Amino acid sequence: MIPNEPKITPELVAQHGLKPDEYERFRKLIGRDPTFTELGIVSAMWNEHCSYKSSKVHLRSLPTKAPWVIQGPGENAGVIDIGDGLACVFKMESHNHPSFIEPYQGAGTGVGGILRDVFTMGARPIACLNSLRFGDPKHPKTRSLVSGVVAGIGGYGNSFGVPTVGGSVGFHSRYDGNNLVNAMAVGLAETDKIFYAKATGVGRPVVYLGSKTGRDGIHGATMASAEFDDASEEKRPTVQVGDPFAEKLLLEASLEIMRKGCVIAIQDMGAAGLTCSAVEMGAKGDLGITLDLETVPTREAAMTAYEMMLSESQERMLMVLKPEKEKEAEAIFRKWGLDFAIVGETTDTRRFIVRYHGDTMADLPIKELGDEAPEYNRPFTEPKKLPVLDAADVPCPVSIGEALKKLIGSPDLCSKRWVWEQYDHLILNNTVQRPGGDAAVVRINDGPKALAMTTDVTPRYCEADPFEGGKQAVAEAWRNLTAVGARPLAVTDNLNFGNPERPEIMGQFVYCVHGIAEACKALDFPVVSGNVSLYNETNGRGILPTPTIGGVGVLDDLSKSASLAFKNEGEEILVVGETKGWLGQSSFLATVLGREEGAPPPVDLAVEKRNGDFVRGLIGSGFATAVHDLSDGGLLVALTEMAMASDIGVTLAASPVGLPPHAFWFGEDQARYVITVKPADLSKVEAAATKAGVPLQRLGTTGGRQLTLPGADPILVADLHHLHESWLPTYMAGEPDTK
Amino acid sequence: MKAAVLVFPGINREHDMARALKLISGKEAAMIWHTETELPAGTDLVVIPGGFSYGDYLRCGAIAARAPIMQAVRKHADKGGLVLAVCNGFQIACEAGLLPGVLMRNAKMKFMCKEVHLRIERSDTPFTRGYNAGSVIRVPVAHGEGNYIADAETIARLEGENRVAFRYASADGKVDPHFNGSMNAIAGIFSEKLNILGLMPHPENHVDPVVGPTDGRRLFESLVETLAA
Repeated sequence: MIPNEPKITPELVAQHGLKPDEYERFRKLIGRDPTFTELGIVSAMWNEHCSYKSSKVHLRSLPTKAPWVIQGPGENAGVIDIGDGLACVFKMESHNHPSFIEPYQGAGTGVGGILRDVFTMGARPIACLNSLRFGDPKHPKTRSLVSGVVAGIGGYGNSFGVPTVGGSVGFHSRYDGNNLVNAMAVGLAETDKIFYAKATGVGRPVVYLGSKTGRDGIHGATMASAEFDDASEEKRPTVQVGDPFAEKLLLEASLEIMRKGCVIAIQDMGAAGLTCSAVEMGAKGDLGITLDLETVPTREAAMTAYEMMLSESQERMLMVLKPEKEKEAEAIFRKWGLDFAIVGETTDTRRFIVRYHGDTMADLPIKELGDEAPEYNRPFTEPKKLPVLDAADVPCPVSIGEALKKLIGSPDLCSKRWVWEQYDHLILNNTVQRPGGDAAVVRINDGPKALAMTTDVTPRYCEADPFEGGKQAVAEAWRNLTAVGARPLAVTDNLNFGNPERPEIMGQFVYCVHGIAEACKALDFPVVSGNVSLYNETNGRGILPTPTIGGVGVLDDLSKSASLAFKNEGEEILVVGETKGWLGQSSFLATVLGREEGAPPPVDLAVEKRNGDFVRGLIGSGFATAVHDLSDGGLLVALTEMAMASDIGVTLAASPVGLPPHAFWFGEDQARYVITVKPADLSKVEAAATKAGVPLQRLGTTGGRQLTLPGADPILVADLHHLHESWLPTYMAGEPDTK
Repeated sequence: MKAAVLVFPGINREHDMARALKLISGKEAAMIWHTETELPAGTDLVVIPGGFSYGDYLRCGAIAARAPIMQAVRKHADKGGLVLAVCNGFQIACEAGLLPGVLMRNAKMKFMCKEVHLRIERSDTPFTRGYNAGSVIRVPVAHGEGNYIADAETIARLEGENRVAFRYASADGKVDPHFNGSMNAIAGIFSEKLNILGLMPHPENHVDPVVGPTDGRRLFESLVETLAA
């Protein structure tokens, strides 16, 4: 063992993000003082980002099993069976902190990391999605963050060659200083050709593949496990730099050696790079790993063992190969112009040994590095329930038409075309439903099967009631998949919260997770992968709790799917589900009245399932000509979106007696959809609804080029469209750092 | 039709192109790795597809233009063989000197993926014989550097020799001079002998009714008809 330089002091331990008791736990585990390299290794393994130490105890409550689940949480990505011998491999992950510090590279490497998670398992990525949250548009940094993050996501995904088909973008002052970038990737593999991290066999070569190791990203995971302050932008050197070209080569080379049967185990180098990947492969296989660092390809001279073990340089993989296939694998990697180096071997010692020019820099028990990581059941407080806001207590200061214009031209509800036109959403030629609908629909190979995918969360609901908000995020993802006609199958969750050491934040986390668990159980919609991002706060102010849900569903036959655009004039417009006019925490309340008050709409999961199954049935039997889920902005916003997508107008009947019109048109009651049916089918659909016990209400008919509310001047759909499309481009064209 | 689709590191629309060729001609295209020095015997159409060859880290297409296979492509073109160069392929063809001019960053400095309207400038070429001159088609673009620039003499020559293939336009065929900054709204050009077509938009992404309009089909059908004649 090398002499212990520099000396381990309490200050050095603190700089590594380890609490004194955590350091003591580690000392006891190894029975001596650690070396500097070992301190770096343990800080990488035991930080919040890698160890889930604050969240693990609660994540266990999530349902993770179903007959179609092949692999739940714990691997690089979740895997589900979608029939015909095919598996869908998917996961979502945050890159929040790096994207705030360096938006372009931070967001780009977020995409790169999640793509690697998917193809590491043997799947070819077929689609990306993302969920973005930015601060108040008036905040001086917001515009440049939007610009950088969107360009970064596009820059990586476009070059890599995967379509970015969906996502969401929202704004709120609580994300000032702490924007969220959650990236999701979806891939396809054959069910019997999935690859895992678990190493087998002793004395087998551990092979390093991909780009060279540099000094970038050192302590990235530790940075992501601490809150921000005013000096956070000085952490820029902890952000990695992406190389989508190298990733594309790595994809092709990795899939080629998998096809040729060369691979026993494979793990990508993500957070905490070489450390995390090597420990994971060894620990999962009950083996030891010895690394000889002088064999690691580096792009900078004189890197220390400590730097190599903590580098988060991108586009790298670690594999255990079949010894007889080593030459073949090397030739494939050389063909793609990538580095290939044997950097160590598997052992039967269950020790993680790191040597550098013959000196032992680290010698640690491999399983304990993961298994013995601290686990906290942090104290939390139960979130306070807010009173239900009575619609009668909410005035409407403007006409329904004016309120509608304000909503569809607002930052949250306006068209996000400016964003998704910077993403190549057409490559691979399988994008059946492009961005802008309820869920993206991507054809599988030559069809007729397709996957539907979506990302959803309503953070203001989660803030007001974490339990109901958690439920709602899942229900909305399920509903969006249903609205295109898909059978929802499974989710990946990306849980973004503030500092878990504060009991009220921990309370938000715990109750959101319980809400997610309850909804996933009720909807048979298991969680197969996910990511937790804590410490999203700056100067002591946390973000809105944002548990993003990425949902995936399957369509057996593309010809039986639905989209939100009206298809014909003269069709009947119906709302499925009950409208009570819930205005608490609604978009109407926030955007038109500037109030964020009251309890959010409750989610009745049994009703959600009943109504959704009914709508899916109507799509399958061809009765529903257009379908749109109801969410932010309620009925009138949804109807307007359907009209704008088709340039067909609507004539609406009066809102029901006993409900203020603005509560009827803008309320956000859950478990609802707008559908259109041909007049000839109306009685059949009504009979089916009665039979299923599903409330169905006629709203009006499609036709013309205007939106006509009773007793009000008609509004041209083209004018609404203009308002809807213009907010974001106008905002982004504004001078940077104004106001 | 015996098509060869070139593959450089970082190219990513080669499968979309091969799939479109297969869909319309019924024949599999050969995928040709950049280090090859010969095209398969009997190749009658070379396609340089889209993507980000070598990451576009240097000037787009500059490295791929110097790959070994490009010598064979030049020979093929010199003999009058057909070459279709799309997006990054167009950039590569310009860098290789197969076509004049250069593609710069879009005027608004952003990557753009959207459907555009193209006005067909002439219908008497191997690539466009299935369209009517003056008609408008809808195809997508997906590029950050599609801003076509050339010196005044080259532009005058292209215009004088009727070598502009497509122009960005409105749905009713009015030329759109502001789409991405391209001079004369140029979206695609022909070589002198009309056997090389370079264009930024992706006709190969609009051939299948399941995923969108099918205005790109005619381009491939034109090639099939030309090569069958």
